[in-house]
Amino acid sequence: MISRESGVFQTSYEGDMALYTLPLARNTTRVVVALLVLLPIPLMMANNEHLMSIVTTIALAAIGAIGLNILVGYTGQISIGQGAFMMVGGYTAAILSSRYGMPFWFGILAGGCTTALVGTLFGIPSLRIKGLYLAIATLAAQLIIEWVINHVPWISGGAQSSIYVDNPELFGFEFNTEFRRYYLVLVVFLLAFFGAQNLVRGRIGRAFIAIRDRDIAAEIIGVNLFRYKLLAFAISSFYAGVAGALWTYYLRIANYENFVLVVSIEYLAMIIIGGLGSVLGAVFGAIFIKLFPIALDLTVVSVSEGVFGIPYQDVANFLANMQLFLFGALIIFFLTVEPEGLARMWEHVKRYFRLWPYSY
Amino acid sequence: MTIECHLDIQGVSKHFGGVQAIGDVSLQVHRGEIVSVIGPNGAGKTTLLNMISGFYHPDSGSILLADRDISRHSPSRIATLGVARTFQNIALFRGMTVLDNLMLGRHVHMRTGALSAMLRFGPALREEVQHREVVEDVIEFLDIQPLRKQPAGALAYGLQKRVELGRALAAHPQVLLLDEPMGGMNIEEKEDMARFILDVNDEWGTTIVLIEHDMGVVMDISGRVVVLDLGQKIAEGTPDEVKEAPEVIKAYLGTQAAN
Ligand SMILES: Nc1ncnc2c1ncn2[C@@H]1O[C@H](COP(=O)(O)OP(=O)(O)OP(=O)(O)O)[C@@H](O)[C@H]1O
Ligand SMILES: [Mg+2]
Repeated sequence: MISRESGVFQTSYEGDMALYTLPLARNTTRVVVALLVLLPIPLMMANNEHLMSIVTTIALAAIGAIGLNILVGYTGQISIGQGAFMMVGGYTAAILSSRYGMPFWFGILAGGCTTALVGTLFGIPSLRIKGLYLAIATLAAQLIIEWVINHVPWISGGAQSSIYVDNPELFGFEFNTEFRRYYLVLVVFLLAFFGAQNLVRGRIGRAFIAIRDRDIAAEIIGVNLFRYKLLAFAISSFYAGVAGALWTYYLRIANYENFVLVVSIEYLAMIIIGGLGSVLGAVFGAIFIKLFPIALDLTVVSVSEGVFGIPYQDVANFLANMQLFLFGALIIFFLTVEPEGLARMWEHVKRYFRLWPYSY
Repeated sequence: MTIECHLDIQGVSKHFGGVQAIGDVSLQVHRGEIVSVIGPNGAGKTTLLNMISGFYHPDSGSILLADRDISRHSPSRIATLGVARTFQNIALFRGMTVLDNLMLGRHVHMRTGALSAMLRFGPALREEVQHREVVEDVIEFLDIQPLRKQPAGALAYGLQKRVELGRALAAHPQVLLLDEPMGGMNIEEKEDMARFILDVNDEWGTTIVLIEHDMGVVMDISGRVVVLDLGQKIAEGTPDEVKEAPEVIKAYLGTQAAN
């Protein structure tokens, strides 16, 4: 079963171009997917809804991060608007379901498509400006979208800017527990993950990378910059919209506070730490960013209470600042020391074990 | 007998600020011909190529590709019309593998949309395989089989030039523009490159416009030579005719003869 690279030869171009060319990698992927599918069983037995909700949150965040990485990591068009794009998807879904009684799957698709349109619109400046200027243009998109959703009563539904939705339902099956909702998110996550993996290694993905690395050469070989930059914005915002819509159905409320500027920055942090230009990296980043504050909380609380006998309330404030500080430090670390992020570190580990135990 | 004019450059000019890089240059290239453009540094050779590939638009004059005026087209549009090129300073995608660079050369011939690319079975996969086969032919032609999975940026200079030619060839162009394809190469590499260029022209009938400084190579492989100096065309003809032309000896060869 465990075959390594040596001794595996591809005999067809299909085989050579497959996502996982080695049986080991293919099997690992199957095992991971199987584990994700079975995960709720032990958690259900332990009645641990909290842990389940953490995993679901990570999967949700990963969808948004994968989308952002397609735009920023693969195409090289920086965006500080992912949160706002998720907001568009979230509110689209909430309006369709709460006011027009649309089923959740329609809300998710419509959320994705509406956001793709909005994202493409805000992507138009990318045809003229790059880098920092584009970052500022997308920042403006974030603020404009936030403002519109907050100030147009028809969209936000009034004072709290919150819209409630029912539990999603499919053929009479209601996603009314943490565990059931997890499966909903998992299915979309797997589609998003493998869809992106396929996209980035085909014609469109190569064109995106070409634009990122040398836009002039890309154009000379026939990549239409106008079309492909907008396509990157469209796909990336589609992912954001789907993630936002799912988020709404998962929480059963659309609330703009879940998608404010800080959230956009959090998503940028995910792909920087996870690895720019890597689909798996986006997932690593989502895991890291979501688990990091939890882990930090646990350590600080146990140390302060256990070792120094200081009650939690007294360190809560310190903890919040500490989190921000460490986030900043981590981003600087990854930008300077390992720009390709956790995904690159993972490659190192794999390379080591590929030849193991014969390292030379 | 009429020889079809493939590329018809009609009185084009281009200036940058106060510099007249190209002034009223006309040039006709026939289908299947190898034309070399020579001239001292700064003569405007690259600028001329840049205008053909749509990177710059001429200030005046026009460029016809098989009777179609392309002088206002975008570079990507011109690429889809069958024009491919290489650059004086190699413009490979350095982080990508040789294979991916060549697959990018196929871009203009591929159609897969985003959705079917994400699903990647049926037509999308078939398209990738079909174009991979074309790319494999180019890899074999250029004899770069062992380099397939190597990042292009890690290759030796001469090999990068060869891979860049491969990327252009992968597009199966009608017109191939080569900006100093042998610049910085040793004699052996130059001979290989000259053979590739002749073979491409021979096997596929590709029209080739070539900029080159090495006079030996130019005289060997080109059917016709055009000499530019200070943005003007000062001579044109067969290699032998050009070699004899007094203007050329003065402007270009003269500097070498003096050495
Ligand atoms: N983008 C540009 N901006 C300003 N000036 C330019 C630009 N491109 C070319 N020039 C100028 O136009 C003139 C012709 O340059 P070009 O690169 O076409 O020469 P060349 O014949 O290719 O020379 P070389 O043999 O050195 O490659 C030069 O004086 C150059 O400085
Ligand atoms: Mg030049």
